[in-house]
Amino acid sequence: MSTVYEQLGGEAAIDAAVDNFYRRVLNDPYVTPFFEGVDMEKQAAKQKGFLTMVTGGPNNYTGKDMREGHKHLVKMGLDDTHFDHIVCHLRSTLADLGVPAELIKTVADVAESTRDDVLDR
Amino acid sequence: MPTIRFEGQDYFCAEDETLLDSLARHGVMLPSSCKAGSCQTCLTRALKGTPPAAAQQGIKDTMAAQGYFLACMCKPVEDMEIGLASVSPRYAAKVLAKDELNASVMRLRMDCPDGFSYRAGQFINLTRASDDLTRSYSLASVPDDDFLELQIKRVPDGRMSNWLFDEVGVGDEMAFFGPSGDSFYMAGNPERPLLLAGAGTGLAPLYGILRDALATGHSGPIHLFHASLATAGLYLIDELRALAGAHDNLYYTPCVLHGDAPAGGLQGNIVDIPARELGSLSGYGVYLCGDPPIVNALRQKTFLAGASMQDIHSDPFVFAPAP
Repeated sequence: MSTVYEQLGGEAAIDAAVDNFYRRVLNDPYVTPFFEGVDMEKQAAKQKGFLTMVTGGPNNYTGKDMREGHKHLVKMGLDDTHFDHIVCHLRSTLADLGVPAELIKTVADVAESTRDDVLDR
Repeated sequence: MPTIRFEGQDYFCAEDETLLDSLARHGVMLPSSCKAGSCQTCLTRALKGTPPAAAQQGIKDTMAAQGYFLACMCKPVEDMEIGLASVSPRYAAKVLAKDELNASVMRLRMDCPDGFSYRAGQFINLTRASDDLTRSYSLASVPDDDFLELQIKRVPDGRMSNWLFDEVGVGDEMAFFGPSGDSFYMAGNPERPLLLAGAGTGLAPLYGILRDALATGHSGPIHLFHASLATAGLYLIDELRALAGAHDNLYYTPCVLHGDAPAGGLQGNIVDIPARELGSLSGYGVYLCGDPPIVNALRQKTFLAGASMQDIHSDPFVFAPAP
């Protein structure tokens, strides 16, 4: 079975998805405090890695990366509610790109599997 | 079997092997992370040879034009030399003219030394021979000009700018390295709208990019917003008005934060003005220049207004603290 990544159209589609996803995140005042002062281009590259990973594309992200990469945010108060917002933006982005509901669920489940690592539990 | 030259050593790259893997096999560990073309940690520059297109997917066009590519996605098809930086020779140039543009900004023109080539919008590192004090200045000229132009603001207690204002004279020899910078006009998309926004001497590279775009035959609308705290801080107003008068697709808007704006201008914060005046910026090529807080805020606002991250080119000026 092909991955969502392949069905979307591979890397070029992920490039388009990053803009859509990041714009949603930056428009959400509930989570923007965690993005203040970050370099937008580096952040977009990280989000591309994240979207590649959750759609089943080629990646080498590990739970340890997710844990180390978010530790400083957990100290700032990052919790389940923020994680929920991000997953919601992920679903909206995929819906915008015309991904069918059952595939969105597949992707959201992968994202969900990183929750404990992201929140350092 | 292509040969990869890195820091003076040659390495053979096997068929179907990525450059990153090949170097690792030889004990050369480039920084890398995802190995899938997404994190861009392994961004490398081809100094000789052309990287395959797949290795430049997702990289900003102006970076790709300078030979940057992702080592983890690069299966070399020809011999290449790679490095993280190109090494510039030290150029010497004579000062041709110094002219006041406003009370705190002057235009400095130097002759263009043989062998020096650049793209309008890039910057050079000017060096003072006596103590190697070095500062970056954007080029406001275009390569067809027979001079290099800098627009220099006098910074209170700034060692370089005060020296340039007060002690450097016409005929003196200057030294510099360069060029650097990935904020320049790319031909190939002449109809798309362009947004150029900058504050203070952030106008310098935008002026070069603007003239380059017009000379290349850009036919889409070009919107230039130049901001200052007040009207006295603006400059080249007459030149830009004349340029806009001569080109139907050029719109020039001087902006001031305080006081009355000059005719045809706007009063307000430059950070908010472009998106407010132009509406959706989807499809725009965007060039931003000036102090980092303004550039960073503009970058976010233009992105939220619809510009794609790949199409936003920015050049934040970083000031060295006075001693």
